[in-house]
Amino acid sequence: MNNTLTRADLAEAVHQEVGLSRQDCALLVERTLDLVVEALERGETVKLSGFGVFQVRAKSARMGRNPKTGEPAPIDPRRVISFRASQVMKAKVDSAFNSRQLNGHGRDGLPTGSLDRDGVPSDRRVANAG
Amino acid sequence: MRGPGSWTVIKSQLISKLTAENPHLSQHDVERVVSCVFGCMEEALVRGGRVELRGFGAFSVRARPARTGRNPRTGEAVSVPAKAVPFFKSGKELRLRLNASGDA
Repeated sequence: MNNTLTRADLAEAVHQEVGLSRQDCALLVERTLDLVVEALERGETVKLSGFGVFQVRAKSARMGRNPKTGEPAPIDPRRVISFRASQVMKAKVDSAFNSRQLNGHGRDGLPTGSLDRDGVPSDRRVANAG
Repeated sequence: MRGPGSWTVIKSQLISKLTAENPHLSQHDVERVVSCVFGCMEEALVRGGRVELRGFGAFSVRARPARTGRNPRTGEAVSVPAKAVPFFKSGKELRLRLNASGDA
């Protein structure tokens, strides 16, 4: 089972759902994401009700360190994106996560293991592999 | 085409723009496209999956362990249960584009 959603999956889902041509769907998916990026480039906030808010934050210059060598390295001022999921999405993600935890493992609803790098609980992997 | 404050873009503005760019499509269809796009992403995260959009970024779900927090008003200790939160990491191209102007 593939656990990762990509552009192609989005285009296919839009095609199935809305019934426009695959080409139109691929283009619209791309353009939708582009419009978000363009707004962020202009420094604007993008609010998608029910989904979340993308915001540009200015970070000031600071001294960092090369984690490999431990040498101090200056970090230039830069702009970063912060994404805040909507309350609705947060609630859905959390409750789905908790019920998976309850069904699979333990009764306390606590995440049993850490998530691995890509954010998939390691125990879920095993469940999916079988 | 301005919503709440000129520095904010909202979903309906994305839809109007896309509709204007695609005269062969109805606004209704474009609306369904946009809600499908973000709806699908949300669904993937609710399933505990990941969304990976090259150049844009990746959404994933991160587990936060239970911790003891404090009520900032009273200073009282409260236990905060473990939870899972949606997380977004911007893609390389987006980071570059954000910092393209100026000296960065």
